[in-house]
Amino acid sequence: MDNLPAVGGRAVFPQREWAERVGHLVARARSLTHRPGFALATVFLAFVLAAAAAPTLLTHYQPYATSPTERLVVPGATHLFGTDALGRDLYARVIHGASLSVEAALIAIGIALSGGLVLGLFAGFAGGWVDAVIMRCVDVVLALPVLLLSLAVVTAIGFGTLPVAIAVGIGIVPGFARTTRAEVLRVRTLPYVESARLGGASRTYTLMRHVLPNCRGPVAALAILDFGSAILSVASLSFLGFGASPPASDWGDLIADGRDFLITAPWVSL
Amino acid sequence: MTRYIGGRLLQALMVLWGAYTTAYLILYLLPGDPLSIMLNASGVDVDSLSPADLARARSFYGLDRGMLAQYFTRLWAALHGDFGNSLNANVSVWSLISARLPQTLALGGLAIAFSLIFGIGFAWVASYVTWLPLKSVLNRLPSLGFSIPIFWLGLVLIEIFAFRLGWFPSTGNDGFASLVLPAATLSVPSMAVYAQVLIRGLNETWREPFIATAWAKGLTRAEIQRRHVFRNAILPVLTLVGMQIGHTVSGAVIIETLFARAGVGRLVQESVLRQDIPVVLAVVVLSATVFVVINLSIDLLYSLLDPRVARAPRVT
Repeated sequence: MDNLPAVGGRAVFPQREWAERVGHLVARARSLTHRPGFALATVFLAFVLAAAAAPTLLTHYQPYATSPTERLVVPGATHLFGTDALGRDLYARVIHGASLSVEAALIAIGIALSGGLVLGLFAGFAGGWVDAVIMRCVDVVLALPVLLLSLAVVTAIGFGTLPVAIAVGIGIVPGFARTTRAEVLRVRTLPYVESARLGGASRTYTLMRHVLPNCRGPVAALAILDFGSAILSVASLSFLGFGASPPASDWGDLIADGRDFLITAPWVSL
Repeated sequence: MTRYIGGRLLQALMVLWGAYTTAYLILYLLPGDPLSIMLNASGVDVDSLSPADLARARSFYGLDRGMLAQYFTRLWAALHGDFGNSLNANVSVWSLISARLPQTLALGGLAIAFSLIFGIGFAWVASYVTWLPLKSVLNRLPSLGFSIPIFWLGLVLIEIFAFRLGWFPSTGNDGFASLVLPAATLSVPSMAVYAQVLIRGLNETWREPFIATAWAKGLTRAEIQRRHVFRNAILPVLTLVGMQIGHTVSGAVIIETLFARAGVGRLVQESVLRQDIPVVLAVVVLSATVFVVINLSIDLLYSLLDPRVARAPRVT
């Protein structure tokens, strides 16, 4: 979508309008802070993204540095979340794990988004038997539990962060295909699409220029919603032991590691 | 009516066939070289084999025939309940699964029972209370329930109930006591979904005009909720039960690994680790079958409860 030319002039606003806009934004932000749940979520999300982008800013411990004297230390001031069986600082590991988890989820969403968009656009715009065939396939895949589908993919292509991300991505393609198709079906009957076709635009051009940009709303919303569940699925798969290979670890791994020491050191998992 | 049932049956069979084909495509065609995965899984080092041995192994696994021939042979065998032998254990896949199925069925069954009882009970209470602060807290609680990863929740429950309180064993699969914690953990996400949907349904039904009639007849709040509100709001939950089966199956894989129970879910986890293709294929198809059968029976049940469903025009 980014390679499409920007629609409309991005005019430079005069000084006064800018001030108004900023004031408006501040007022909006203030009204949001009155809803503490939202504010908390935003802060947490910003923290996770910061951790994923620049883990070294948030912790000065090395995630892989072991210190045998400090094994399984209780959470405290020096080690915020305590340490694990090898004396690694867990807070640092969680912060560094964030980038792996977020990265995997981003790849998964990327795959789901591109696959789903292509299938959905194709099905919705072509119609007829192409549509029927694609949508029946999508229905079938929807009937399989996502985790099992991902497991099958992992069996076929191997272990690691990337295969897990791909597996999760393939698992959520059908949902995207469905949403995109529904949107395309809605958009393509709108008058401006018809007039674009009458005006002599080719099918591909109409599809890319008029239909695609106008069905991004629900698809983008779905992408953001699925981002959370993608992180969860990736974590589930790596919890089962198919994810990142040691010593790197993402969130699912961290929890699985902690399981072995639950009796003596419950803070590892938490 | 007969036509409706026939159509639904045919549709279910098509979905099953499609599920088998999807799983087959992923497992046998996606990897560049299924032979090396299979040999690895059965504990043979590929590099140590001579070309003649490789050719023999290829024909042993049936990989030397054409793609379509392989597919139809395996499909035909699967239709007869024969999913071949496990690569790793060298026993038939079906005997592996049937040995472990009871454990998983017990776990899944109990989890579904838990989630229905507590989900519906929770929604009942949440919609019955009138004290606003409590009501709004109860109404928001379910959304927390399905955003918690169940493996984390399971660990917390183990920590509290197995290690601190010592009420239930933390792992293993002997007897009912060891079933409680896993089933409780597995039931939480579905429970949250049922509660969420039912609360919304109940709250909406409370605003219907016929509730005013019921009040006017002099019924008590409890009676109205039981006789008028609940019966109208419960139908969507029935549909959801079918949808949640898939989550229960996925959840069982995680829960059985977490609680070290010998069930089908654990079998899948082990098979994926060893890339045991026939076992994974069989379990995927099995779970699709369970999913399809349960959804089919719910659809048929629905049409018994509400005859309009079967006669409604098709929506495409």
